[in-house]
Amino acid sequence: MLTEECGFRHYMASVGIEVIETDLGERIQQLDNEDSSHVVVPAVHKLRTDVAEVFAKTIGTDSANSDVHYLAEAQREATRPLILAADAGMTGCNFAVAETGTFVVCTNEGNADLSANVPKLHIASIGIEKIIPRLEHLAVFVRLLSRSALGSPVTQYTSHFRGPRVGGETHIVLVDNGRSERLGMEEFWTSLKCIRCGACMNTCPVYRRSGGLSYGATYSGPIGLIIDPTFNQRKYSNLPFASTLNGSCSNVCRVKINIHEQIYAWRRVLVERHATPLAKRIEMKAAGELLSRPAAYRAAIAAADMALAHLPRFIIYNGLNAWGRHREVPHPPKQTFHSWYQVNRGGKQ
Amino acid sequence: MSSRDDILASVRANLPRADRPLPAVPLFGNTTPPSLLAAFKDSLHRMGGMFLDPPTSGDPLASVRAKIASAKVVCSTVPEIAGNRDITGVAAPHDLADVDFGIVRASFGVAETGSVLLSDVDLHVNAVAYLAQHLIVLLDPEDIVVNLHHAYRRPEFRDRHYASFHTVPSATADIEGVLIHGAQGVRSLSVLPIARELGSTTH
Repeated sequence: MLTEECGFRHYMASVGIEVIETDLGERIQQLDNEDSSHVVVPAVHKLRTDVAEVFAKTIGTDSANSDVHYLAEAQREATRPLILAADAGMTGCNFAVAETGTFVVCTNEGNADLSANVPKLHIASIGIEKIIPRLEHLAVFVRLLSRSALGSPVTQYTSHFRGPRVGGETHIVLVDNGRSERLGMEEFWTSLKCIRCGACMNTCPVYRRSGGLSYGATYSGPIGLIIDPTFNQRKYSNLPFASTLNGSCSNVCRVKINIHEQIYAWRRVLVERHATPLAKRIEMKAAGELLSRPAAYRAAIAAADMALAHLPRFIIYNGLNAWGRHREVPHPPKQTFHSWYQVNRGGKQ
Repeated sequence: MSSRDDILASVRANLPRADRPLPAVPLFGNTTPPSLLAAFKDSLHRMGGMFLDPPTSGDPLASVRAKIASAKVVCSTVPEIAGNRDITGVAAPHDLADVDFGIVRASFGVAETGSVLLSDVDLHVNAVAYLAQHLIVLLDPEDIVVNLHHAYRRPEFRDRHYASFHTVPSATADIEGVLIHGAQGVRSLSVLPIARELGSTTH
């Protein structure tokens, strides 16, 4: 995740070094030239038949065989020689302990431990927010992570690195990339507490319908909405608006980040800083005027319903109407709720 | 200034002024199960690992011998059982790529999760625990702690360069959520409870 955030793989390719993802889900996404769509399950949006198609094209499996065991085994067999031949293995880090200089990597597949323990050189990239004070605190976080991510008591492998192995080298790269600046943002610094368990994504009604790729950013789902703008306010200015503010994410967050409140706060900040596109600012201003005057609002709704019912297609589906670009606009109701209410319940208590 | 100084200066400048003392974390071990070994066995089964019940009489390692009987390459790092690949003669981790069975002893086990801790001292070459197709772990029943809070008080986390909790074999559910054991690491993990041989204590 951290290396994706920094565009690491693309950069390494440009200097002639091939980076191979070893996690099954990450590898599927890499072979399909797609970004990861979930922090814990990178290829969650793909069906087994999609994976069979990707593997048939790239690692030579039988395209007609979409048995999950067959596909996972094929990736194991295809990846192992690459790990054995690699000059360096890279891992991320889930937690780092200041007291002992230990960094901890949690996986289920064992791919991180192969990458760290087979090549001579091990490089770990660590976001500075992963650092916790003491070993006694680590127990809390290790217990929390897998329970919140997958509902299992602990990850299959929880590995603690405190120094290089005999004959090997270990290098640690501590990455800031905007984190220390975020620490100074009073409303948003608590997003640094995120342990990347993905619970907010799994519960989010928007994420569950749209999938992670639609966010167009490394971090998707509710947590993505509040940390992506810290990397690029203009590029990700639309993300905090893609929420119903229902608060489910804050309810499930194990490290108690007030995610939906931060989403709301980002809207204000982005508008104040004029990071939102001009068209959106004009629309919002017009909506504000209209919504503050009930009579005008009712007249506009009735007029819009009438227009939708009678205007020719080429006007409704013009290039400016993003809502009609990939889908049919719903049929307009015969009357507005307000006029229906006046007729059926008007004057009654 | 180096990037390191830049980051430290920026952290100092932006640190939230929260007046909260560092919390002391309790051990949460008030509900110690009557038998740590039985609790460990339950947790291991729940996670999908294999617990080799020790025989009531005869060769305590009979179940291990039966498992490795038809294996081609066995690499043992324990004095209790001999393999046919000497770990002390392994020059590079790659030389372990063809190992069928690895046999190692755990520093200790955790009853709460069914995990065993394997450190660089136990493994000699760390990769044996990942490149082997199957792993057999010997665990002294005296070496089981109740939960992870107790585990992190152990000396291994301060004096070993590498220490890893293994909880059942490698697994993935990355395709349609279907659970598969034997992802990239070992395909099976079995734990045999057996006391350390006198004089072989590593801590």
